[in-house]
Amino acid sequence: MALAEEMVKIAVTVNGKRYEDTVEPRWLLAHWLRDRLGLTGTHIGCDTSQCGVCTVVLNGRAVKSCTVLAVQADGGEVLTVEGLARDGKLHPVQEAFREAHGLQCGFCTPGAQMLAYALLEENPHPTEAEIREALDGILCRCTGYQHIVRAIELAAERKEAKA
Amino acid sequence: MIAERFRYLRPKDLDEALAWLAESQGEVRVLAGGHSLLPLMKLRLAAPQTVLDVERVEALRGIRLEGDVLHIGAMTRYHELARDPLVAEYAPLLAMAARTVGDPQVRNRGTVGGSICHADPAADFPAAALAMDAEVELRSRAGKRRLPLREFLLGPLSTALAPNELLAAIHVPLRAGWGAAYEKFPHPASGYAVAGVAALINKEGGAARAVAVAVTGVGPVAYRAAATEEVLTGASLDAARIQDGASQVAEGVEVNADLFASADYRRHLAQVLAARALRAAWGSD
Repeated sequence: MALAEEMVKIAVTVNGKRYEDTVEPRWLLAHWLRDRLGLTGTHIGCDTSQCGVCTVVLNGRAVKSCTVLAVQADGGEVLTVEGLARDGKLHPVQEAFREAHGLQCGFCTPGAQMLAYALLEENPHPTEAEIREALDGILCRCTGYQHIVRAIELAAERKEAKA
Repeated sequence: MIAERFRYLRPKDLDEALAWLAESQGEVRVLAGGHSLLPLMKLRLAAPQTVLDVERVEALRGIRLEGDVLHIGAMTRYHELARDPLVAEYAPLLAMAARTVGDPQVRNRGTVGGSICHADPAADFPAAALAMDAEVELRSRAGKRRLPLREFLLGPLSTALAPNELLAAIHVPLRAGWGAAYEKFPHPASGYAVAGVAALINKEGGAARAVAVAVTGVGPVAYRAAATEEVLTGASLDAARIQDGASQVAEGVEVNADLFASADYRRHLAQVLAARALRAAWGSD
């Protein structure tokens, strides 16, 4: 099996820290983050690039890590839910999800937060319609989305107050 | 889910990509944004021996004016298309369709070239590009050729791309000032079009001087609704005329039927969406 030996070297900055690894090309970014780096905050939901639960931010944009190969992230920067908090303080998105109760079971929450993070980086003052449009990228089976929308609105206010 | 093993090649430029395409043994699949190919590979519906990742090939990027056409690199992602000022001015129909693709994460990765080469019968972008009379620029080590998109799309998941060729760009004629609309009924889970209709109208002196209508989700691959175009071209598009044109939007087409929508329902959707798109493109809404 010559093919099995065709491993590829990658270097990816994850949550500000540079990792070098040798990977099988078929490994998904989600697998690499979870199984090699132990960053299990990124959940795998449908595994068919529909639900968005595995969303991380790659080079500034929200992507589904079940539909990106680890080799495609080579040379890039990844932010996962573990990288949101800084110096022991929750990110405004996380604070807002807690306060506005933007979750119930919590399974989609890492993906929802990364999607919210990317939205607010690009559009710091989204309208409710824009928030709902962005949430097209996450399937939440619990909340009916109402509290997630409120959480993102609150996060936008918090971020502004901080800035 | 984990794909079959494959050999991964990442060319640094176009020459290297074309050389590898020419020389590689066995099945080679080109990886662009990966949002059609990777799901297929994970389901093992596709198991290429080699995956050629063209993401870093600079020659496949960029949107620019070239004489009387807009050159759109094959690696252009939907989110780039949706906000590009040249596209907004000369080809707003493409941006409208791009905004309806999948969801934000899919639009952040999915590409123009990937969508066209995958030729999914329910994809949005091919319909919009067909309505724009797009041409594809195909490159191989032997040279390059251009082909109208309508000749490139052969059937479901089937195109005229040769195994050693790479889609480098699409070229679209400039349609500044034309009325444009894309209307779609998305599948609620996948976001693909159960039916989608792109309409483009050049309105002059109260008449539709040129009309282009393209349909996706309905037939084996995106197609131009010739009967509809014929009814409408040259006419003033009042409500009755639009209805007449829209009623023929699936004329001569073997309409798809699946678990989600029967052929009759799909035909009905296409007619309703065509009327909406035509009204919007004409400016009567």
